[in-house]
Amino acid sequence: MPLKSFLFWFSNEQSGFRFTELESIFRVFRFDLHHYRQKKVMGPFVLMNLPSEDHALKIMSRSVLAHSCVELWSIGDTLNELHDNFRKNLEITEPYVDQRLSLKVETFGKTISMAEKVELIDTFEYIPLKGPIDLKNPELRLKLVQFYGLDPNNVPEFPIKSFFGRWIADGQRHLMAKVSLKDRKFIGNTSMDPLLSLLMANFALIKPNDLVYDPFVGTGSILIAAAMMGGYIIGTDIDYLMLHARTRPSRARAKHRDLDESVRANFIQYGIESQYIDILVADASRPMIRDDIRFDAIITDPPYGVREPTEKIGSLKSYKIKEEHVAMHIPSKIEYCLCDIICDLINNASRRLTINGRLVFWIPVSRDTYEVEKLPSNPCFELIANCEQILTATASRRLLVMEKIREPDESTVTIMDSTALMYRFKFFENDGSKTRKERKKHANQNYGKGCKRGQLLPGHTDATDVAAEVQLPS
Amino acid sequence: MKLFTHNMLTSKMIRNVQVGYPLKLCASEVKITPTDFRPGFLSKVIPKIDWTVLVEAVNSVGNTEPLPPALAEDYDKNDDFLRKAHHALFEIEIEVITGEMECPETGRKFPIQNGVPNMLVNEDEV
Repeated sequence: MPLKSFLFWFSNEQSGFRFTELESIFRVFRFDLHHYRQKKVMGPFVLMNLPSEDHALKIMSRSVLAHSCVELWSIGDTLNELHDNFRKNLEITEPYVDQRLSLKVETFGKTISMAEKVELIDTFEYIPLKGPIDLKNPELRLKLVQFYGLDPNNVPEFPIKSFFGRWIADGQRHLMAKVSLKDRKFIGNTSMDPLLSLLMANFALIKPNDLVYDPFVGTGSILIAAAMMGGYIIGTDIDYLMLHARTRPSRARAKHRDLDESVRANFIQYGIESQYIDILVADASRPMIRDDIRFDAIITDPPYGVREPTEKIGSLKSYKIKEEHVAMHIPSKIEYCLCDIICDLINNASRRLTINGRLVFWIPVSRDTYEVEKLPSNPCFELIANCEQILTATASRRLLVMEKIREPDESTVTIMDSTALMYRFKFFENDGSKTRKERKKHANQNYGKGCKRGQLLPGHTDATDVAAEVQLPS
Repeated sequence: MKLFTHNMLTSKMIRNVQVGYPLKLCASEVKITPTDFRPGFLSKVIPKIDWTVLVEAVNSVGNTEPLPPALAEDYDKNDDFLRKAHHALFEIEIEVITGEMECPETGRKFPIQNGVPNMLVNEDEV
């Protein structure tokens, strides 16, 4: 079958995640990865030869980083070269000869005036298309895309590459607005950013009818993305008050949480309640699910001990709770070291996932001591991707994508060098000599008393900007 | 909590509990929430279901049509059977504060509040 050329235009956001997403989508639809490997990359543009338009449509039906896709009709280093190439290839326009059409000029790296755009459109006079121009409701959308390079301080006079072709589809970037945290019913302090959640769902290869599990579910933001891709979701969290929405409200200026806030309420809000199976209050470090149950994907953001505590059920003392206290007793929790959380997560996933199922999760790392060799490894898993999101000068978090390649036996263990991890004390640079009260007093003296709710902190422009808040580590 | 979840849950997190399955279901109030019927998903999960446990759970919940006692052989083609299974697994929900599950070995009770089961055990039980 002859291959067709397609131009994928990616957003310049989270560009380090771009190719992991593209490869994952190829895997979701079981496309031949050969086409992916032959791709050509130019700034935000990726050129691929694919067997059919359907391939491109399917890629765009999942991608949250690609914003549009064009069937490439011509390409050139200069506009003249583009026209020369196109003149040799005019029969490609035949199926569209009578369609209502529009032609748009778009640029990357430079803004050009309307008059310049019209001038460019006029150079296409020779196209043998007879359909009327219809800008509002065209059947055929033609696009001329000009690329002026990536350096904003050194913009060339003429584009370094021009592309021309037929628009096919836009990506799924609209989903980000749909599941925006700004108007989501139930959010917490560390709800995952919609774009990152959707990317995690893509990396985890979530397909319709998959069973997906999140052991540190919180407000369920990652599972929302998984459900949007057709997954059926189950989540657990140790925080009883969080799952019952009885914690302090996370929204600026909110005095209390609504009575009907819950993870489920979010699923109802987005019309995906049928994908919701259950959320449980449970300690993920302990077994609570039958051994023979298998999940298709496990996606999670474990607590890092910075904005959410790292805890599990337990006590340093040994005692028996008196019979009369059992009914009202709240289990005591002990510190659950981040390194143990991650090792337990991987060990549990090695037993809980189906073969070829993926485990996708974040780990916080200290940027100065991070080395790729220090990442956790387990013989049951292959590390597929490792993408960095920079948080501060010294801290970042990495999204690890691991694929289960074989079943574990008694001897399989997860190996991890904890020195790469960003721990609480590294984040706060605390010498450990002060108590909480002393630190608070010190902070008050230096930075003044905390502002009232709703008042702007110095250096903050918008107190309601939830999206900015979730970029901080959890 | 849906009966699908009940079908998976164990009380193995309690110290010295060997199997911890099935949890005894005591539901005082039950809600039916219609959800989309997806035969593809059902055919995929039914092999994972312990059917006897599900039948018992449906009976203990009461006021609903009983399930066929055994898994139909051609369940993935039997639409009527799939619809009944769908109803039992994903539409029956234990909602109210008084619902609970009980560990078969120790009798430890796990309450279900607002549809969310609390599977936390106390520190002296782990």
